[in-house]
Amino acid sequence: MTQWEVVIGIETHAQLATVSKIFSGASTAFGAEPNTQACAVDLALPGVLPVLNKKAVECAMRFGLAIGAEVAAKSVFARKNYFYPDLPKGYQISQMDLPVVVGGEIPVMVGQGDKAYEKVVHLTRAHLEEDAGKSLHEDFHGKSGIDLNRAGTPLLEIVTEPDMRSSDEAVAYAKALHALVQWIGICDGNMQEGSFRCDANVSVRPKGQVEFGTRREIKNLNSFRFLKEAIDFEVQWQINEIEEGRKIQQATVLFDPDNGETRVMRTKEDAHDYRYFPDPDLLPLIISADWLARVKGELPELPTQKRERFISELGLSTYDATTLTASQEMADYFESTVTIAGKANAKPCANWVMVDLTARLNKEGKELADSPVSAAQLAGLIQRIADNTISNNIAKKVFEVLWNGEGATADEVIDKQGLKQITDSGAIESLVDEVLAANPGNVAEFKAGKEKAFNALVGQVMKAAKGKANPQQVNDLLRLKLSA
Amino acid sequence: MSLTLEQVQRIAHLARIEVSEAEALTTQSHLNGIFQLIEQMQAVDTRGVEPMAHAQDLSQRLRQDAVTEPDGRAAFQAVAPEVEAGLYLVPKVIE
Repeated sequence: MTQWEVVIGIETHAQLATVSKIFSGASTAFGAEPNTQACAVDLALPGVLPVLNKKAVECAMRFGLAIGAEVAAKSVFARKNYFYPDLPKGYQISQMDLPVVVGGEIPVMVGQGDKAYEKVVHLTRAHLEEDAGKSLHEDFHGKSGIDLNRAGTPLLEIVTEPDMRSSDEAVAYAKALHALVQWIGICDGNMQEGSFRCDANVSVRPKGQVEFGTRREIKNLNSFRFLKEAIDFEVQWQINEIEEGRKIQQATVLFDPDNGETRVMRTKEDAHDYRYFPDPDLLPLIISADWLARVKGELPELPTQKRERFISELGLSTYDATTLTASQEMADYFESTVTIAGKANAKPCANWVMVDLTARLNKEGKELADSPVSAAQLAGLIQRIADNTISNNIAKKVFEVLWNGEGATADEVIDKQGLKQITDSGAIESLVDEVLAANPGNVAEFKAGKEKAFNALVGQVMKAAKGKANPQQVNDLLRLKLSA
Repeated sequence: MSLTLEQVQRIAHLARIEVSEAEALTTQSHLNGIFQLIEQMQAVDTRGVEPMAHAQDLSQRLRQDAVTEPDGRAAFQAVAPEVEAGLYLVPKVIE
């Protein structure tokens, strides 16, 4: 049986975080009354001229810098011609031969825990363009309604090489990109409002074959779940087609979330002929070295830089560092925690943020920004574990109390509830003596070589201490007494 | 190179211009005339010359990102052929 390899490339449209449109001074605010944010330029009234938005260009520059791409010193806007009522000019202003961003790469972590691996996704290009309006096909006496508020909204179209080999890799990339554009402040990442939408180019080929198979493009996937479902369905469909002796026809397809299937929107025969040519209304965009350096200076520390720093300065593993830099919120939260708890506690801080806190947030469907436990509170808790005031198990109880808002700090909770670990060896010794005296059976079993009996005794001591005895001390003392 | 009549009709379709068969023939000869000009230009040795994206050797001016256009819907829609609920109405389009 043939082993199939999946090949995926992704094109993403990220709506840029500007207040006005890319070529006009109309507002880009979401949710306004239809056509109240469509000015003469957006409507393509005669005699209007586009004037490029500086902030949109800087967004593209930030992106290029963030992914180690070449930010073109000179790029050119082109007209992409097609007729559709939500495109009043009859062409979309985009970039073709000379895009503003060329190359670059994004490292992503695929999978979780031990099975996680790093994958570097290479980018082909990213270019500036304008969005189209919206067509509403509800029945207006057999007509369509057109809302041009979105027409002229600045977009950065980000195109990858066909580097991904599974839907998991595609989703990992899309998530990393989604986090990155928000991290550098160029896109709000709101997928429901269409600020971040993906197209996936999918093909399959027998493993080992060098040439790519024929691809089909799945359009407009606006959630990570749909991206995965659409690719998984498409891959299986293509393999079935080929195995049943049919050839894949190049096509553009749409994903229907209701039945989880893709269906053909248009085939190669009726593919658009866009007749790109340089837009005579716009001069070449020149980006000087000075301007680029200034924008570079304004960039925050990037996820990849932060990740390297977490590894080199804090001694975290690649997996931990990557997970903690998956979003700016998480990285900030972790860093605040470490700042208070101390660098020596970086690893427990990482564990608490990635495991305990994340699990608790997921359980209640909360975002990190809404966490009832602040970084300072968590750091206070971790410090008390580090200095042996409480054990890890007790710490989980304290965490719950903090989560429920029943205490301001870990110290307060430990004090009030008397959770302080018993480290006084005299006190522990008397507990150990009591337990040994009360459990002669276990003692005999242990002496007969049953290690299990030892654990039972530890359990008894901890129980007598209401969980507060220092486990290491209990262990040591028990061993000492039993070997006597 | 020169265009076939079929290509002329395809271009007309893409540009949404209706041409009769007689017009297509005239257009074909016009367009082929233009192609001859292009061929003449292509015969010029342009090695070492950087292609221009625009006839003027200037760079694009930029505007600050600010909202400067107020809502002009009422005025724009007063001259639109058909509107409803703030929308421009057009013949039904579903792809």
